[in-house]
Amino acid sequence: MSRSEPLLAIRDLDVAFGGLKAVNGLSIEVYEGEIVSVIGPNGAGKTTLFNAISAMVPITSGDVLFEGSSLLGLDPNQVTARGIARTFQNVRLFTNMTILENVMVAQHCRTKRGAWGALFYTRAFRSEEAEIRAWGEKVLGFFGSRLVGFRLNQPASVLSYANRRRLEIARAMATRPKLLLLDEPVAGMNPVESAELTRLIGRLRDEWGFAIVFIEHDMSVVRDVSDRVIVLNHGELLTEGLYADVSMDPRVIEAYLGQDTIIEDATKS
Amino acid sequence: MVYGVLGFINFAHGEVFMMGAMTGMITSNKLADAGLWDSNFIGSLALVMFGSILVSMFLAVVMERLAYRPLRGAPRLIPLITSIGVSFFIQNMSIVLFGPASKSYPRRPDWLRDKHTFLEIEGARIMVIVAAAVSMIALWYLVERTKVGKAMRAVAEDSEIAALMGIDVNKTIVKVFAVGGAFAGMAGILWGVLFGSVIHNTGFLPGIKAFSAAVVGGIGNLGGAMVGGLFIGIAESVGPLLVLEPLGVSGVSQLRDAVAFAMLIAVLLLRPSGIFGERLRAEDRT
Amino acid sequence: MTATETRPGSEEEFAPPRRVRDLDWRRLLRLGGVAAFVQMFISLTAMPVRLDERSVIESVLSLGFVFIGAIPIVAGNRLSRQVKLEGVAVHRAGRYELVGGALVGTLAGAGLSLLVMLITHFDLREPLVNWSPQLRDLLSFNRGPVFGTLIWLGIGAAGGLIGGGLRLLGARWRRTLLMMATTVVLASILEQLVVDLVSGVGLEPVAEWFYARRGGLTQAGAGVTAAIAGVTTFFGRGRMKAARERIKTLDGPARTRANAGMILLTAAILIVVPLLVGSLTNELLANVGLFVLLALGLNIVVGLAGILDLGYVAFFAVGSYTAAVLTAATSPRINPEFPWFVALIFVVVITGLVGLFIGAPVIRMRGDYLAIVTLGFGEIIRLLFLSDWLSGWFGGSQGITAIGGVEIFGLTTIDGTNPRNIFYLVLVFCAIAIYVSWRLERSRLGRAWMAVREDETVAEAMGINTVNVKLLAFVVGAILGSFSGAIFANKVGSVFPSSFLILVSMVILVVVIFGGMGSIVGVIAGAALLIGVLGGPKQPGLLQEFSEFKLLIYGALLVWMMLARPEGLIPSARRSRELHQEEFLQDAWLRGEVESDDDNGDGGDAGTAPPGEART
Repeated sequence: MSRSEPLLAIRDLDVAFGGLKAVNGLSIEVYEGEIVSVIGPNGAGKTTLFNAISAMVPITSGDVLFEGSSLLGLDPNQVTARGIARTFQNVRLFTNMTILENVMVAQHCRTKRGAWGALFYTRAFRSEEAEIRAWGEKVLGFFGSRLVGFRLNQPASVLSYANRRRLEIARAMATRPKLLLLDEPVAGMNPVESAELTRLIGRLRDEWGFAIVFIEHDMSVVRDVSDRVIVLNHGELLTEGLYADVSMDPRVIEAYLGQDTIIEDATKS
Repeated sequence: MVYGVLGFINFAHGEVFMMGAMTGMITSNKLADAGLWDSNFIGSLALVMFGSILVSMFLAVVMERLAYRPLRGAPRLIPLITSIGVSFFIQNMSIVLFGPASKSYPRRPDWLRDKHTFLEIEGARIMVIVAAAVSMIALWYLVERTKVGKAMRAVAEDSEIAALMGIDVNKTIVKVFAVGGAFAGMAGILWGVLFGSVIHNTGFLPGIKAFSAAVVGGIGNLGGAMVGGLFIGIAESVGPLLVLEPLGVSGVSQLRDAVAFAMLIAVLLLRPSGIFGERLRAEDRT
Repeated sequence: MTATETRPGSEEEFAPPRRVRDLDWRRLLRLGGVAAFVQMFISLTAMPVRLDERSVIESVLSLGFVFIGAIPIVAGNRLSRQVKLEGVAVHRAGRYELVGGALVGTLAGAGLSLLVMLITHFDLREPLVNWSPQLRDLLSFNRGPVFGTLIWLGIGAAGGLIGGGLRLLGARWRRTLLMMATTVVLASILEQLVVDLVSGVGLEPVAEWFYARRGGLTQAGAGVTAAIAGVTTFFGRGRMKAARERIKTLDGPARTRANAGMILLTAAILIVVPLLVGSLTNELLANVGLFVLLALGLNIVVGLAGILDLGYVAFFAVGSYTAAVLTAATSPRINPEFPWFVALIFVVVITGLVGLFIGAPVIRMRGDYLAIVTLGFGEIIRLLFLSDWLSGWFGGSQGITAIGGVEIFGLTTIDGTNPRNIFYLVLVFCAIAIYVSWRLERSRLGRAWMAVREDETVAEAMGINTVNVKLLAFVVGAILGSFSGAIFANKVGSVFPSSFLILVSMVILVVVIFGGMGSIVGVIAGAALLIGVLGGPKQPGLLQEFSEFKLLIYGALLVWMMLARPEGLIPSARRSRELHQEEFLQDAWLRGEVESDDDNGDGGDAGTAPPGEART
């Protein structure tokens, strides 16, 4: 693991909504092949950080560098095309599209056949469709047999909550990213499911080579899988380091337990 | 325009306005037949206004009950399309019930038609301006200073939370429709008295322009709506002459409405939230 | 309560009949009041007067009375509607239904009685143009107001009784009776088409036997029609259902073959029928075709990409005017007199550019702003064509006239004088439009449209350039619309700004929504039914007597569809799921198709369980 060139580098990031600074002077780095977890109390700016990286909220000042070049001024779709894919805290699937279509549509930025190919049913169009489909099935196959087989052509709306979370991750994987941003991937899952997903997050790095940043409240997941933990509070970096160190840090414990004011998380929508 | 509260554009609002003008036409003609219109103009006008405000309110409330309430919580496009349907229906209902021809109001008394020496403005126009100002103040008072108004604003902000706070959302929305209907009815009468005639599609353009005004000023923002209304009015009456004439465009007056639309589009492009900012429901702000 | 195995509606699950004493009086009053109001309203629109001229069965029944008479029947039937709940038995029908139906029907009839009395005693002709003695006479069958007042109470009661009585019949009988009635009415509505077609194959005597000379079915003809419909429904329905099920279960090549067969059959019918029918019917078919084309284009914009474009008529207008300017010798400024097909290339390019020009600023806006702004653009385009400023180019309100026909390789010229050829031309372009819609829907682009329609933010985050994708939908829709415009210009032979009112946009929108957003078959069916039967904004349909009311009906239909069946007549499976999300989920849950969360905790194998076995 080379420590010289960060995959993602955030420099002095500020994100403000009106007067409220959701992210304030944040600088972090993520390296290739790393699994980083972001923790912090509600309103710490975790989701805002994700939104800022994926260009879904405007950045007030600072810079986000991905593979050495800035993401400033890009549209969300261009960020995804660069190789950053994300999931959402409150699962947002295309519920009326089939499971297969959900992962096929996510490969939009990796493919290019336009209207003409479709109209004339060209060879290139057909081979690309086959390719998209194959990759989609491969991605879905990662989650065992849950999302494939007879399910491929069912609408996503019939899936259980846990499977929706899985499909959302599959959809993000289908965009062929280098960096995956997972927003509370195990929220709402039972202990058995979350343990399984924790293992999968590890395999995502080992087998697929993704760098992963995830937001999580479940400390057992954070402990089991992350290489490094970043703690945010009030939009600022509180501390970062190994789980063992961070979890002992009195400031972290205070941030979680001893808050005297709880700020409504303005970014949760 | 109170319709900021609802979170969707009610295309049929212009039709409520038209029906208000129609009612006014009917009652004022009846009064004119009875000779009251000429002998006691102010009294008859008040009566006519009362009548058409009542009818417009009723129409707006019925509309809400039948067409919009069942759709609350449906995907965004659905109530929008429904309101287009309602507008279409009322317009054509007016054709088949009242006939397709344009109908005239009785002559208004001389003192309203004379140009007054100061400002060279017709009396009727002054009346319209005064009435508009009075209703603006009344509306402002209602929305900002009374309990009902507070409930309306709460529902506009977030209807679910408002419901949890003990506000009857349905009743509040009905009231919003009623108030909106009343104002549309009043505007209908003023229109009728000013222009002297009404036809089934009277409501269409004013409806769109009213929306433009609301958007230009910022939806859900009363002061903004008033300024927006002024702005659109001035733009469409002065714009063609000032901007298009020098460019060598002939027959500019035909392009008045085009200019109004162009203004609307320009404002939406440059400042999507209106000149004075927007008050939208929380869930639309994503 | 445990879910029962038996489906609601099976015979042995009925609870005893409700007692008359338990009548839901409030519901009865409300329903009766609404029905009475609707009756009065319909009468005051003069719909019955107009429709009285159109007889369904010669000298027995006119369409006007079918219309009015149906209302008490419907009211009587609806009164005793029971909400079916899982595990709660439905009451057997009995006296409750009959008495309730009769009462509600009487109430509905009372509306007309009241109207007859009012018309007799008051004169409200001033605002209400149809407040006429003529209406009174019609309503009282020319026998004086007293008779009129009483007869409607009677008719209402009888209608309500029939409506309630329908509940007493078994499902099979009920269906058969309804089918008989519908078929007879339909046969009379489709008179022109049927007569033309039957005569076309040389069976004039048959047509003459079925249809009276002055319109409407003959009494014998109506009887035979009803009998045929009754017998086929009574005995044939099960078989139809079975056949449809069989086709559904086909897969692979057999399915493809079945589909191809269907398409070929439809194509054959569409090619042969115009040869058999006269020019009036062909004119109608061509009009329907033009609207199918427009509706298919709008369907891409509204149905697939979810963009509510209210100014769609702009592209129809631009297509028409471009074709007119480029082909007509009389065009004021430039008149290259291109052949139509050459002009078509320009039409596509120019409309595409206009689509881009309008779309580019508009497409970033939120749904409802977009609707208003497109409406504005639609109106601006028309005003520009109308204006004196550009009249040097487009002829202002005089329009462009004397546009030549479409010349096909020197073989033949297609113009308005020969509606059959126009229809074939339209057919070719409809086929193109259908192919385009069908292919695009199943492509990368189609998937992107769906994603944008479902959740724009997420689509953007998944790497879809939503602006480009939506713009593309806008432009493709625009180009399809312009085809229709180009054909229209050459069919009519002249273009005027007044042909391109916002009204046209609205009618196309109604067609798309009525048929089913996103559903190709639905949109075609919608256009055929609405434009064919009721007529387009300026084009007459089969029911010419309706032309005054068709826009009223379109408006009502739009509202009603949105309330009752937002997915349209023939929905696309996907779109209907979207609009009935919750009900769908609930149904699926009842059927055990939605997995519950707890069946996944135990590792990998749970997901392979077939849907029926998932625990709920």
